[in-house]
Amino acid sequence: MSPGADAALLGEVQQFVFREARLQDEHDYAAWEALWTDDGVYWIPANADDIDPEKEMSIVYDNRSRISVRVRQLSTGNRHTQAPRSRLRRIVSNIELLGEDGGDFSAGSNSLIFESNLRADTIWAARTEYRLRRHEGQLKMARKKVMLVNNHKALHTLSFLI
Amino acid sequence: MDTMEPTRAWHDLIRPDQVHGSLYHDPAIFAAELEHIWYRTWVYVGHESEVPRPYDFVAKSIGPQAVIMTRGADGRVHLLLNRCPHRGNQVCTEDKGNARKFTCPFHNWTFANDGALTGYAYPDGYAGDDMSGLGMGRVARVESYRGFVFGSFAADGPTLLEHLGGAAEAFDRLVANSPEGEVEITAGFLKHRVQANWKLLVENETDGYHPAFVHGSIFTVTPSGIGALYGPKSTALGRDYGNGHTEIDLRPEFRRIGKPLGWFGTSEERLPDYAARMRKTHGDARAREIMIDGSPHFMIFPNLFIAEIQIFVLQARAVDDTVQHATALQFKGAPDLNRRLLQQTMGSVGPAGFLLADDSEMYERTQRGVASLSPEWLYLGRGRNRERTDDNGHRVGHVTDEVTSRGIWRHYGRLMEAAR
Repeated sequence: MSPGADAALLGEVQQFVFREARLQDEHDYAAWEALWTDDGVYWIPANADDIDPEKEMSIVYDNRSRISVRVRQLSTGNRHTQAPRSRLRRIVSNIELLGEDGGDFSAGSNSLIFESNLRADTIWAARTEYRLRRHEGQLKMARKKVMLVNNHKALHTLSFLI
Repeated sequence: MDTMEPTRAWHDLIRPDQVHGSLYHDPAIFAAELEHIWYRTWVYVGHESEVPRPYDFVAKSIGPQAVIMTRGADGRVHLLLNRCPHRGNQVCTEDKGNARKFTCPFHNWTFANDGALTGYAYPDGYAGDDMSGLGMGRVARVESYRGFVFGSFAADGPTLLEHLGGAAEAFDRLVANSPEGEVEITAGFLKHRVQANWKLLVENETDGYHPAFVHGSIFTVTPSGIGALYGPKSTALGRDYGNGHTEIDLRPEFRRIGKPLGWFGTSEERLPDYAARMRKTHGDARAREIMIDGSPHFMIFPNLFIAEIQIFVLQARAVDDTVQHATALQFKGAPDLNRRLLQQTMGSVGPAGFLLADDSEMYERTQRGVASLSPEWLYLGRGRNRERTDDNGHRVGHVTDEVTSRGIWRHYGRLMEAAR
């Protein structure tokens, strides 16, 4: 890929990541769900970044159908831990194209998230890796892996979309 | 410790159908609980399958105390305190591993994995001293039942089997779901922290009154039949085994429905390998009974909760700081069932779980609520009008009744009162 094309793709990926962050911060669940491919996997490992999610516990390891369950539960308005909803703002930075594999792009970012809810104000920090795929002209998430900096420790409830 | 005792007598705090709110938020009461419960009675620590080979070790806890569970060269399980007997440094900072020896990094003292001192740097400085008593601290008593390892800091007291009492049979029913008669814990733990008192969790584990309300959101979007088990028309029971141990017994409902593996929302057709292994082990008739009855749902006081497919270990760290260590149970010899156990558990529990994130929200709201000055008491009288005794002499009530909470508090009161 030429440097110009790379820069254009990076710009497009950045816009995608920023938009996803805003949809999450503002609890726009339906628009967020529409960012996923039909085979999307949403993964938040526990205890380390490189565990085997088929054999070890993860905080979230959702296939596409379970992503939909998660969104539908949040959308009931009766998901108590998100009623009232967490107030959220996140900074996403260090966005980097990491490679291309069979038409999918991988990209990485770091994020720092401020959550305010009934219990407390909490700061979350994470490294995120995306696998993105172009579908009908739009980028979609085929996989999102969120590696919390403190995933080896006991964590308070994390019930917003990260 | 007398100065740490609460100012009111225990019998002024616990009545047959009421408990005082201060029991959940008074730091003096938490300090007394450490002394009289966590550092005295049997507390669940870990499972033998977490240290399968000689020299394996895994980091565990008893309340705020860090404990290292090790497997000795002779195959015995030891529970060590993570403190060097020299100057108090933490000896081990790994979560798990395999090590013949632990070496304290401060002055290079070295310990066998049963805690005995085996070496120390520059020994001439200790010439003539008896060093044989300078091992790592040990939990005084270690016993296990069906692979579940418990520790007690008290050198004397009831045996583990005496402590488990009637609830031992719940472990027997649990392991019967494995074609090889054993459960294993291999998937690592989610560690979910709540700003709430540990007893709110103990009580909620066998509270059959809350699911319809706390978990209504997930029952609405994934109809599963679980909600009906806890409805007003359910035939399921709450049971008080004594010694603070309680159960939600769902077997009456599962037997009424009569579908093998229906308890797990699946069927023999979908898990043919598991069903065949169960029939081979138990014979057709008994296998069918076990697969209809399903895996039990019980709480062993003060900190082990078996929720059919999951294990929760409750760690009290402070009066309002509790960690739930949760993972999927794995039934030995049941690979197709185990995959589903892991997937279902990951969806349900932990910081983002469809179920436990909402339970935890209630724990934290209750913690804030009970700090209110009035009313001073919580009311736990539900179902006193219909409480009865089952064939084994255990108190039982409707699944939505508070027979379980009353049993927990009856035991708690005895422990705290007796310790004075």
